[in-house]
Amino acid sequence: MRVVQFVVVLWLVATFTFALIRIIPGDPIDILLPTQKSNLQAKAKVKEVKEDLGLDKSIFTQYVNYLGDVVTGDLGKDYGSGRPVTDILKKALPVSLQLMLYAQILALAIAIPLGVFTAYRAGTRADRALNATAFGFLAMPNFVLGLLLSFIIGAELKWLPSVGYTPGWLDPIFDSSRTGNFGDHIQSMILPSLTLAVGQIAVYMRLLRSDMIATLQENFITMARSKGLSDRRILWRHALRPSSITLLTVAGLNVGTLIGGAVVVEVIFNMGGMGKAIVIELNEKQYVALQSLILVMAALFVLVNFLVDVLYAIVDPRIRHARAAH
Amino acid sequence: MTDARFAAEYEGPLLEVSDVKTYFETDRGLVRSVDGVSFTLERGKTIGIVGESGCGKTVLSRSIMGLLPRRGLVRQGSIRFEGNELIHLTPKEMRAYWGSQLAMIFQDPMTSLNPVMKIGKQITESIREHLDVDKDFAYELAENLLRSVRIPEPARRLREYPHQLSGGMRQRVCIAVALAAGPKLLFADEPTTALDVTVQAQVLDLMAQQQSERFMAMVLITHDLGVVAGRADEIAVMYAGRIVEKAPTSVLFRDMKMPYTQALLSSIPKLADESHVRLATIPGRPPDLVNPPKGCKFAPRCAYVQDRCKEEEPPLTPSTSPGHEFRCWFPVGTPEGEAALERNKQKGLRATEALVAADTVET
Repeated sequence: MRVVQFVVVLWLVATFTFALIRIIPGDPIDILLPTQKSNLQAKAKVKEVKEDLGLDKSIFTQYVNYLGDVVTGDLGKDYGSGRPVTDILKKALPVSLQLMLYAQILALAIAIPLGVFTAYRAGTRADRALNATAFGFLAMPNFVLGLLLSFIIGAELKWLPSVGYTPGWLDPIFDSSRTGNFGDHIQSMILPSLTLAVGQIAVYMRLLRSDMIATLQENFITMARSKGLSDRRILWRHALRPSSITLLTVAGLNVGTLIGGAVVVEVIFNMGGMGKAIVIELNEKQYVALQSLILVMAALFVLVNFLVDVLYAIVDPRIRHARAAH
Repeated sequence: MTDARFAAEYEGPLLEVSDVKTYFETDRGLVRSVDGVSFTLERGKTIGIVGESGCGKTVLSRSIMGLLPRRGLVRQGSIRFEGNELIHLTPKEMRAYWGSQLAMIFQDPMTSLNPVMKIGKQITESIREHLDVDKDFAYELAENLLRSVRIPEPARRLREYPHQLSGGMRQRVCIAVALAAGPKLLFADEPTTALDVTVQAQVLDLMAQQQSERFMAMVLITHDLGVVAGRADEIAVMYAGRIVEKAPTSVLFRDMKMPYTQALLSSIPKLADESHVRLATIPGRPPDLVNPPKGCKFAPRCAYVQDRCKEEEPPLTPSTSPGHEFRCWFPVGTPEGEAALERNKQKGLRATEALVAADTVET
């Protein structure tokens, strides 16, 4: 059932991205090869693109061919540089995946303890101070924060690299030639991940705080207290899990925000990730490559939220059993 | 293990509650939920606390346990457990008592177990908090506990979640959790109200059996005089945050003095009643605890009410039987009381008519 949904969503995304390039006014050739049409030497190239995209055939045939290509892993290419999109992906996808993963982990690792603490101490000065600080960071655009961190901690204090990227554990899996020292990798990722994470912290913290405050009013919490358990145990073992469903949902949906944020962060820190690749293809007006990159990002988003659905069942046994009953 | 459980026996009563007041500061003003309650409880005995919803019985039990949320809370008086004063203890200090000395069973078994934690975990965490035992032994103890509260297939139940159990089973689990660390005093706050009628008696019997096996004292809180009738050694009837009548169970049922107690009793349907007989009710509703009436708090709803009741609050007065106390200027069954009732009958007071109607049906 879930798998069917997954496939349907991907099909819709593929259809929309296919339509994108056909809807844009003008001849696709003009868009893809704007400077080369008049050039006699480029005649061959124009022919190649025409045949590649099947522009001489009916739109229906083009569509079926496109879907067939996507399913078989042929994502087209950048007609400017001639690089296949799969090559671009091999290099760019692990960069973005690691960036988003680290940012998400960092955001949750900071937000969860803060959310638990502010719920426990709701209404106190500490609660208000933390909330105000978190909102301050939420209000700061990530390009400002990214530039500040890159400039102060990177360029001025020289504690961490101000720009650049060192491949980590995920890159060799996609492209065996891309290896790097793990320590250098982490160092190159700290500032970008932090930049991307900061905006999420306030959101996650506030969500967890309000759910947690509601959970702490529950009878089973009073019961847990009456057993003589420590506050620490009550907060972490009894209250956190039932309070984390909303957080989980939003953390999954937030991958969309993270993808958008990653575009900016990768440009600031000059990392060759998906964001950077999208910006390049957009500037070059390489819509064929662009639609494939967007399709991959959309697939990623759908996949993450699919995983979140699975996580619900792990966090809450009632959901697990209700599903098993179906 | 601290030696508190085996320490030199304290000679006095297990629990001495004197003049306990519990107020809540709200936007409307001070809510006087419990307003000067006193009672004592000996080891192994049961006191039943009876009253309508909102009379302060739940707040009283949580106030004694120290389980109330602390914001806007005002607690006064004295709560001595084995001679140790509890009322000033912080929650952190109360942890030495919670579970191992004082335990509680809550009204709604559907919401008082953690929905995302296995039954076994919820019992063993209590055992391991108080007893120095390893995990396997704790699970063995938990299995025995479930068996002792008559849960079939205890080993399997330990691996299940609360939502896989029925209400009655869940309340048994709650009892097992409460008993896990061998408390000396158990608070049972409407333990059977949320259960099916057929299960109620089973659960009450189970509690009584465990209580006598463990020589545990119990505070049994209920709105149903029928629940405490055969199970409590002593009954305290609460109204508007005060004890209005308190007596050994047999004395109370034989010789109740307070019109409120009488009204409570006559609002229980009886088997001997004919079908479709209108159930006797107490007209009106419990008073506002922010601005309670000046005199006797029950006066606005009382069948015996006289002018004096509206002006002066009656003190808790001892009756002829030992241990029997009540708050009333015109007690039930006394010449003054009967005269008051007669006067009200002539005046056609609504509360009086309701009571008289109930009486005629009874006979």
